[in-house]
Amino acid sequence: MSDIKLAEAPPGVEGAGFFATSLDKAIGLARANSLWPLPFATSCCGIEFMATMGSTYDLARFGAERPSFSPRQADMLLVMGTIAKKMAPVLRQVYVQMAEPRWVIAVGACASSGGIFDTYSVLQGIDEVIPVDVYVPGCPPRPEAILDGVLRLQDIVKNESLNRRNTPEYKALLEKYGIHTNK
Amino acid sequence: MENSFLLEKLQENFPDKIVEIPDAHHLLTVLVDVEDVIDILRFLKGSNELQFIHLTDITAAHYPHLEKEFAIVYHIHSLVHNIRIRVKVFLDGPNPEIPTATVVWKGANWMERETYDFFGVNFLGHPDLRRILNVDDMDVFPMRKEYPLEDPNRVDKKDLYFGR
Amino acid sequence: MSEFISKMTSNQPVFDDNDPQDELITLNIGPTHPATHGVFQNVVQIDGERIVSGVSTIGYIHRAFEKIAEHRPFYQITPLTDRLNYCSAPINNMGWHMTVEKLLKIEIPKRVQYMRVIVMELARIADHIICNGILGVDTGAFSGFLYVMQEREFIYEIFEEICGARLTTNIGRIGGFERDFNAIAFEKIREFLNRYPPVLKEFEEMFVRNRIFIERTSGVAAVTPEEALDYSWSGPILRATGVDYDVRVQNPYCSYEEFDFEVPVGTTGDVYDRFMVRNEEMWQSLRIIEQALEKIEKEPKGVFHAEVPDFYLPPKEQVYTNMEALIYHFKIVMGEVDTPKAEVYHAVEGANGELGFYLIHDGGRSPYRLHFRRPSFVNYQMFAPMSAGMLISDAIINMSSLNVIAGELDA
Repeated sequence: MSDIKLAEAPPGVEGAGFFATSLDKAIGLARANSLWPLPFATSCCGIEFMATMGSTYDLARFGAERPSFSPRQADMLLVMGTIAKKMAPVLRQVYVQMAEPRWVIAVGACASSGGIFDTYSVLQGIDEVIPVDVYVPGCPPRPEAILDGVLRLQDIVKNESLNRRNTPEYKALLEKYGIHTNK
Repeated sequence: MENSFLLEKLQENFPDKIVEIPDAHHLLTVLVDVEDVIDILRFLKGSNELQFIHLTDITAAHYPHLEKEFAIVYHIHSLVHNIRIRVKVFLDGPNPEIPTATVVWKGANWMERETYDFFGVNFLGHPDLRRILNVDDMDVFPMRKEYPLEDPNRVDKKDLYFGR
Repeated sequence: MSEFISKMTSNQPVFDDNDPQDELITLNIGPTHPATHGVFQNVVQIDGERIVSGVSTIGYIHRAFEKIAEHRPFYQITPLTDRLNYCSAPINNMGWHMTVEKLLKIEIPKRVQYMRVIVMELARIADHIICNGILGVDTGAFSGFLYVMQEREFIYEIFEEICGARLTTNIGRIGGFERDFNAIAFEKIREFLNRYPPVLKEFEEMFVRNRIFIERTSGVAAVTPEEALDYSWSGPILRATGVDYDVRVQNPYCSYEEFDFEVPVGTTGDVYDRFMVRNEEMWQSLRIIEQALEKIEKEPKGVFHAEVPDFYLPPKEQVYTNMEALIYHFKIVMGEVDTPKAEVYHAVEGANGELGFYLIHDGGRSPYRLHFRRPSFVNYQMFAPMSAGMLISDAIINMSSLNVIAGELDA
């Protein structure tokens, strides 16, 4: 008997030899437990993320084993650290390059709101250039807080409907940021 | 090596061109003219007796209330004799110009670019005088006192909530 | 294709002058490249794998520290210094406190100085752990990084015990510390002195005589002392070239002159030497911490700040109950304390080199002008010129060994 814990099955109908649930839930379960993070680390929070990835805290426990440094093969963008105005177009470019479905976590005060750097050179929160799903507070957040942010995102991912990315509301959201969807 | 000896040496070689500014913290501070500054820096570095081989820092300060608005400050360190010197030059605004120190130390390159970026000080003869930290299309020199710290165009932070 | 094959088999040169493979390729590395450990952009011209020329672009996390500092009182600038070199924040904190203390001419009790030495040397070890660990990762040895990262976590535990924070510590106040080290902190520091040496020994055994590591680093990016000084280098990378300049020895602060330690120097200034210098510095830091612990024993217990009520914030519980404390608190926070008009330059030996604070003060609440002499900024400017002629893979290792920290680079 192995001590590996299995992810909890979504609610469904169970009977002799079968288990039925909705496709949304099954896919959500798979997505939530295999998020591929793209660490977009610029400053201090990046060092705390290093600790989160490292041996003591081990983000891999939550299915995020493979940090992807290529935006094409990632679905969870973790923005860690101050984003200066010089960097903002780069961040937006990285977001646009990611394939759908994609989620964004703003880690730390700087990424969430500009933090203590209310200055001419700093973007006052990444939500001015890309949509954000989860904000993690702290300057920098402790590794536990970053893990918690990832878990909160998993909740969002689990409950997202498959059709969400095709809805006019979602397209309007992206339009608001000047990101055009072709479909 | 004592500060007094260093000052004597400088005054010997550059008579009437060196003004000492008293400093409470045992760092010899001299005020020089913009025409002589490179010669003096060259002398400090090249002199066998002094050997100021390490350029610690170049920066500037803005004094809008003074007649000469900009001060360029060089910190130089003689590693051999373990003594530091601060060389100051005051420049006229609003378009200050000073010859580049890259001819003496290559390391002056980025320090001068940073100073240009922040204060708009034009270093004549600099090989690559571009902005370094700020975005290229910025049209102000943000460390000048007249420019605010915050971005005046930002919309989400009301001064009222920050006690301003 | 058949033409190509016939050329290959004949004695004629394979590529003629118009061959596209002769052309230089422009390659953009960064600012989000995973190999650069931070937001640095280098646009390089490459001929095959060899770099012909390069241009560095920086400023991708420029946060305007110096402008903010002109709007903040002294004690609020400490959190800013945390975010300069965030891998060794306590050194920056202490450097800033000492600069202000120099301005205000505050005498610091010996015990506090030794406590500061402990904190700074722990931070130096934490910083060198990251640099050398990452250098190992870049040369293909991941496990060494994981070994030492655990010890870095332990250093962070000590910092948590001392000040409550891990990374951006904001340790100390102007005039001393906000509280004494508690018994657990001392215990943990002692435990660290016991548990770290075997790990470091194991770590260095993995690299020092490792054929792969030597081949990858030895002779790579060798710098002569003349070049290094011309580019104003300082810190471990300058010492790796053979120049024994260490601010702790040249301009001792915090009673460093009382400590018995050696300044390791290299001979060739290559990546291997830089690794070895940092490695040896960690051993020396352990020695310093050990001596500091001994010295603290001999000092009167419970002293953790200088008696300067004009500048040292009183404890919060006294502010609520004691008239005098309330007045001092008010005066300090509102900037009503008289401060001298002066200019101060104070340098400490940061983990990457000479970290200087140039403070122009006009007697007001906040500095008139504060300039940080940031070692990463000064050291990094040689990167593009020295990369010419290097292989890309060597340039990446060179960048890791310079240990450029983006926060300190861009300020």
